[in-house]
Amino acid sequence: MGTVSRGAPSRGGSLAAERRQAYLLVAPAVAVLAAVALYPIGAALWLSLHRHIVVFHERSFLGFANYRFLLADARFWSALGHTAYFTVVAVSAELALGLPLALILHEARRGRGLLRALVLIPWAIPTVVAAKLWAWLLNPSYGLINRLLGGADINWLGHPVLALHTAIVVDAWKTTPFVAILLLAGLQGIPEDIYRAARVDGASSFRIFRSITLPLLRPALALALLFRTLDALRVFDAIYVLTEGGPANTTETLSLYAYKTLMRAGDFGYGATLSVVTFLCVALAAAALVRGLGRGWEEAR
Amino acid sequence: MARLSLEGVRKVYRSGVVAVHEVTLEVADGEFVAIVGPSGCGKSTTLALIAGLEQPTSGHIRIDGQPVEDRSPRERDIAMVFQSYALYPHMNVRRNLAFPLEVAGLAREVIAERVRETAALLGLEGLYERRPRELSGGQRQRVALGRALVRRPKVFLFDEPLSNLDAALRTEMRGEIKKLHERLAATFIYVTHDQAEAMTLSDRVVVMHEGKVQQVAPPREVYEAPANRFVAGFFGTPRINLVPPSTLGIERADGLEVGVRPEQVAIGRGGPPESALAAQVYLVEPTGAETWVTVALGQARLTARAPSDFVPRSGEAVWIQVDARHLHWFDAGTGRRVSAPPSP
Amino acid sequence: MRSRGRGLGYAVAVVALLTFFLGPFVWQVLTSLWPDDQLGRALPRSLTVGAYASVLGGRPFVRWIANSLAVAAATTALCLLIGTAAGFALAKLEFRGRRLLLGAALAISMFPPIATVSPLYLALRAVGLRDQLAGLVPPYATFALPMTLWILSSFFRQLPDELYQAARVDGCTPLLAFRKVLLPLAAPGLFTTAILVFIFSWNEFLYALTFLSSPEKRTVPVALSLLAGEHKEPWPEIAAASVVATLPLVALTILFQRRIVSGLTAGAVKG
Repeated sequence: MGTVSRGAPSRGGSLAAERRQAYLLVAPAVAVLAAVALYPIGAALWLSLHRHIVVFHERSFLGFANYRFLLADARFWSALGHTAYFTVVAVSAELALGLPLALILHEARRGRGLLRALVLIPWAIPTVVAAKLWAWLLNPSYGLINRLLGGADINWLGHPVLALHTAIVVDAWKTTPFVAILLLAGLQGIPEDIYRAARVDGASSFRIFRSITLPLLRPALALALLFRTLDALRVFDAIYVLTEGGPANTTETLSLYAYKTLMRAGDFGYGATLSVVTFLCVALAAAALVRGLGRGWEEAR
Repeated sequence: MARLSLEGVRKVYRSGVVAVHEVTLEVADGEFVAIVGPSGCGKSTTLALIAGLEQPTSGHIRIDGQPVEDRSPRERDIAMVFQSYALYPHMNVRRNLAFPLEVAGLAREVIAERVRETAALLGLEGLYERRPRELSGGQRQRVALGRALVRRPKVFLFDEPLSNLDAALRTEMRGEIKKLHERLAATFIYVTHDQAEAMTLSDRVVVMHEGKVQQVAPPREVYEAPANRFVAGFFGTPRINLVPPSTLGIERADGLEVGVRPEQVAIGRGGPPESALAAQVYLVEPTGAETWVTVALGQARLTARAPSDFVPRSGEAVWIQVDARHLHWFDAGTGRRVSAPPSP
Repeated sequence: MRSRGRGLGYAVAVVALLTFFLGPFVWQVLTSLWPDDQLGRALPRSLTVGAYASVLGGRPFVRWIANSLAVAAATTALCLLIGTAAGFALAKLEFRGRRLLLGAALAISMFPPIATVSPLYLALRAVGLRDQLAGLVPPYATFALPMTLWILSSFFRQLPDELYQAARVDGCTPLLAFRKVLLPLAAPGLFTTAILVFIFSWNEFLYALTFLSSPEKRTVPVALSLLAGEHKEPWPEIAAASVVATLPLVALTILFQRRIVSGLTAGAVKG
């Protein structure tokens, strides 16, 4: 707006006035975002520098003491480890499952719409419902899974390793459709002519997939990877409903630890610290992914 | 009165790209001016600047003497016909035509009258209730024209309006636009990449290349006295032959290039007339009405327009002859036209 | 030119996938009709709607649905109101900070919700909105509004530039061009955005869990997670509640599958 140099002395004019209308149109959105997103982050940062126990109305400034405590907090590092493990395994599974699913949806001729709708249902329902669904399937006494395993007595949610993987299954079940939809869009963006040319050149189906489909799918894969990774790092709902972080905090993720500190212990100061650090982890992952994938993105374009 | 003038108009984008370099142009009231050039030459940007859809980085744009470079399109009293017609898909033909008048706040009766008038002029009655998607290409073109006409603006702007039509329709619509201009006697600014359109329609042609104006002149002059090598090569089908003078047997040492139009190259078989040059046929293209023969002459190639019954074989020996009065001389370095130099 | 084997392999794959993704549902529906005393068996011998009667009659189920509906509707309305004009401006108008705003919207949608819980809790409590349904709308907007901006700016961008330019030349200010020409054409995009924001709001859990405490204010996801029986978890009831609660979502998904897909991929594949 005013950055372009004007040789003429006249300023303003209706063109400039209309350009100002743009600011009017975005102002409400900017205001709301600043209020509900930017302010709380700043406030959380400020809170994290305090000791603030809500119930006792206790509040004192601590500087970076909370952060020093955090670095030595074993429970934090466990939570970080659980979160990282959860993310890596869940996202890998979702990409590995999502690609075949996308390919199948792409091949569908009749009933394509219905198929897509049915497959989207897990995505559309609340995570709570999904968790309850699987919790029942994995119920030690009455669950279908144990019955199908010949009356086994496995306590899926009571065993530390199994519990985390159960959460991963729930997450994958719920979000693979989303990944598949993203990849499907990518598949649909590849012109049919390229496949025809490849077939005329004598390439086998597998060769076509490896040398043409996959490379051209890179932007969509990168996008799915980015979104899912950031979502997985923030996981809360599924774990809370399935295990509440148990047994004995072995499935506790960062978000869950922060939540318990805030709402169970009422320690808003340290809870804010945990929240901020979680935010930093997600931000770092985002930056790293965007940097690393951005290059691949540009190449594929 | 609808004079348009551009003074030193320049458009530089934030990325640093200079789309338009210092364009200065005076358009008289009622004149049909075509702005022509290859894609990316800045002609559409210039039109957008005149319309107010973009703002110039520097320079003035005046309509009837009033500076308008700071004014929004609605205050410039101009109308525009777009390449894709840009008809409002959710409105029927009647509402498309009426829309500009509704926005201007005219009375209902006035709007109805003008719409009726314009529709009659363009043969659109009976299409009132149709939506744009139910119209043919030619019909959509007419509605786009009508939407511009209905406003009775000072200046009409056309942005490659015929590019989306097939060849036959294009020729027909071209004639209609020319007729329209005669009838309205209004100021038309017409952007196209098609040199034939520019030649047949306009009173004056503005040739642009890489953001700079190459020449502003009536079509005849642009064809017969092109200001530089680019303009010479842009107009005329097949393209003008541009060769070093030695190819034509003219020895010069002053770094000039010579151009000769294919229709000025005589070609034949058998005994060559005086001052003819021997050549070998390279390519033969019969077009029905005539034959375009490209010959190899030393290192160069020349194209000649021959009668349709002259169809030599590739590799055949022929002679060509050029009239020295119809040669165009250009500086080989700058490409600028130089007047016919005296023979050495 | 699909060979027989290929067709069979495809059919098998489809069946396997449908089983994996819809099987749990089918099982849940079956569970909801399972008589309590027959839970020990492999399959029920008879079916009963007792669980449904208990859920719909004995629990304030309608209340929960009403709560979720209210919050989701309010969030959707707010986001559409604010986001439509902004989406248009982001797509069609030139102004400083445009890329910044889009980038900021994307970044904000990547926040971990837990990060804003603590200050929001204190802020909502300060203005008396802590245990109120209306208090959920601002935090929901944190994620719904960026989503709205991205989807709508993508939809507006798909509308041809020349349409906007024609409206300008015909005498419209940017605002008028938006109202009379672009907005009507973006209606499908608005509808899609509404569906996605609605689904997001309905399914949201963390904020609803944290900011609401009164039992009668619970939204559906929170209520479902807290459904407890005297002795053990009342699985048929939970199943019945799940089925009823997700029926509208399932219907939405099946009816508007195409829109949902276009909304999810809007702007995504185009970058």
